[in-house]
Amino acid sequence: MSAILQIKDLRKSYAGGFEALKGVTLDIEEGEIIALLGPNGAGKTTLISTVCGITTPTSGSVTVGGYDIIDDFRDARSLIGLVPQEIALEPFERVINTVRFSRGLFGKSRKDDVVEGILKKLSLWDKKDNQLKELSGGMKRRVLIAKALAHEPRVLFLDEPTAGVDVELRKDMWDIVADMKRDGVTIILTTHYIEEAEAIADRVGVINNGELLLVEDKARLMQQLGKKQLDVQISTPIDAVPDSLAGYALDLRDPTTLTYSYDVRAERTGITQLLGDIAEAGLQLKDVVTRQSSLEDIFVGLVQEEEEAKA
Amino acid sequence: MNWTAIRAIYIFEMARFFRTLLQSFVSPVISTSLYFVVFGAAIGSRIDEVDGVSYGAFIVPGLILLTVMTQSISNASFAIYFPKFIGTIFEVLSAPLSFVEVVIGYAGAAATKSFIIGLIILVTSFFFVDIAIQHHVAMLLFLVLTCISFSLMGFIIGIWAKNFEQLQLVPLLIVTPLVFLGGSFYSISMLPPVWQTISMFNPVVYLISGFRWAFFGLSDVPVGASLAAIALFTCACLAIIGWIFKTGWRIRQ
Repeated sequence: MSAILQIKDLRKSYAGGFEALKGVTLDIEEGEIIALLGPNGAGKTTLISTVCGITTPTSGSVTVGGYDIIDDFRDARSLIGLVPQEIALEPFERVINTVRFSRGLFGKSRKDDVVEGILKKLSLWDKKDNQLKELSGGMKRRVLIAKALAHEPRVLFLDEPTAGVDVELRKDMWDIVADMKRDGVTIILTTHYIEEAEAIADRVGVINNGELLLVEDKARLMQQLGKKQLDVQISTPIDAVPDSLAGYALDLRDPTTLTYSYDVRAERTGITQLLGDIAEAGLQLKDVVTRQSSLEDIFVGLVQEEEEAKA
Repeated sequence: MNWTAIRAIYIFEMARFFRTLLQSFVSPVISTSLYFVVFGAAIGSRIDEVDGVSYGAFIVPGLILLTVMTQSISNASFAIYFPKFIGTIFEVLSAPLSFVEVVIGYAGAAATKSFIIGLIILVTSFFFVDIAIQHHVAMLLFLVLTCISFSLMGFIIGIWAKNFEQLQLVPLLIVTPLVFLGGSFYSISMLPPVWQTISMFNPVVYLISGFRWAFFGLSDVPVGASLAAIALFTCACLAIIGWIFKTGWRIRQ
């Protein structure tokens, strides 16, 4: 695979001196889904806005399909589709006309079969003659996606596509994103929802305070950074961890549950020894459960580490 | 030049115009008719002729320009302000478009709307007064140039405005007084000498004078000066718009 989007040392400063992007460098491969995670004000939307031409970069370079977003802005932008965070639509316009408008705006000739295909794929065909103000919030989000896809882009930016939508619609959106990936569209999405990144992304990037802290293959990230926990349930409640088990840094979650954290990458996890020592300490085992850290744990950990490092 | 995109913006904007037919067409016809009733019939009955032209006919060019100027500004400023207000401007900014194409699309549609309204007012006036237009081509040229230049001005106002109040501010406090004091309803020669001199600093005087010349062969200022004034005004608007897009002032962060 080759990089369809290349961001090099991208910086954005505002007049007041606020630095929204502090030298972001990122390559995105064609056909992948990358999720950018970050708290509010991390710089996610600024990054997207800069690549899409809505915000002017202070320095650095961005190429899309090999085209520079400043020097070859026409070629670069024609490859990009953008679904914004806010629902921004002309309320009195009809669904089909607003999608046709978007296609025309990107210089593509009117092709009713393409527009029909997009509307059908997004379950909007039966609403094509409705005014946008008549649609529900979820349907409006679908229209925004239809507008972004109208000119058949190769790269699609989804800025918090499921913010404020119900669980069912969120799952629908994930199916739509999966469909688009099957069609070969490269997708960059920003999200607050870790489960969203976990469910649909191939790679995950963590951004905070305008800096890209990490970009990693999702599965590898989970494997590399994910710590596993072993919950050992015992039959008799205890008040404190026995002294003989002090070397394991056990956490007494409740009077009958001891939690042991271990690294999956380690050669020896120490589980066999622990279970033996627990029995030797006179505690009777009732059950054992293992849990893997979620992406959310990893994300919170990374952001906290950065905040602590700066403090 | 991305003509497909220009066409898309143009059609989108014209569709808005035709969606509100009552407001677009009927409103200017009614206001013009009222002007004819008040100024033409009531006041005009006390003024026989101005430079050999009946007062009712004399005010027609001024009335057309009054509406065309305000409509051009209003249409163009709203066309670009509304997407800013509701957030849909992101689509235009992220599209593969140059500022020239954006302006042609938006200001072109606004100018077309004003041109149509100008023609409607002209046709309406035929029901009230007898008019024989002397220079048809010049009349259309002045009308088109006025529609374009004031649409460009409206576009600037739409970019500048931060709220609906500011959107109305310039048309209400600057343009309308200039048009009313620009000889829409009288000849500058009817004013005392001091006011005649002051009026020469009003750019609208040149536009109305040139337009009236196309109708009746009468003008307060030389036709060349009128053409130069409108050309200068258009160039100034284009220069400002060029600067806006180059710097991204109030549209691109």
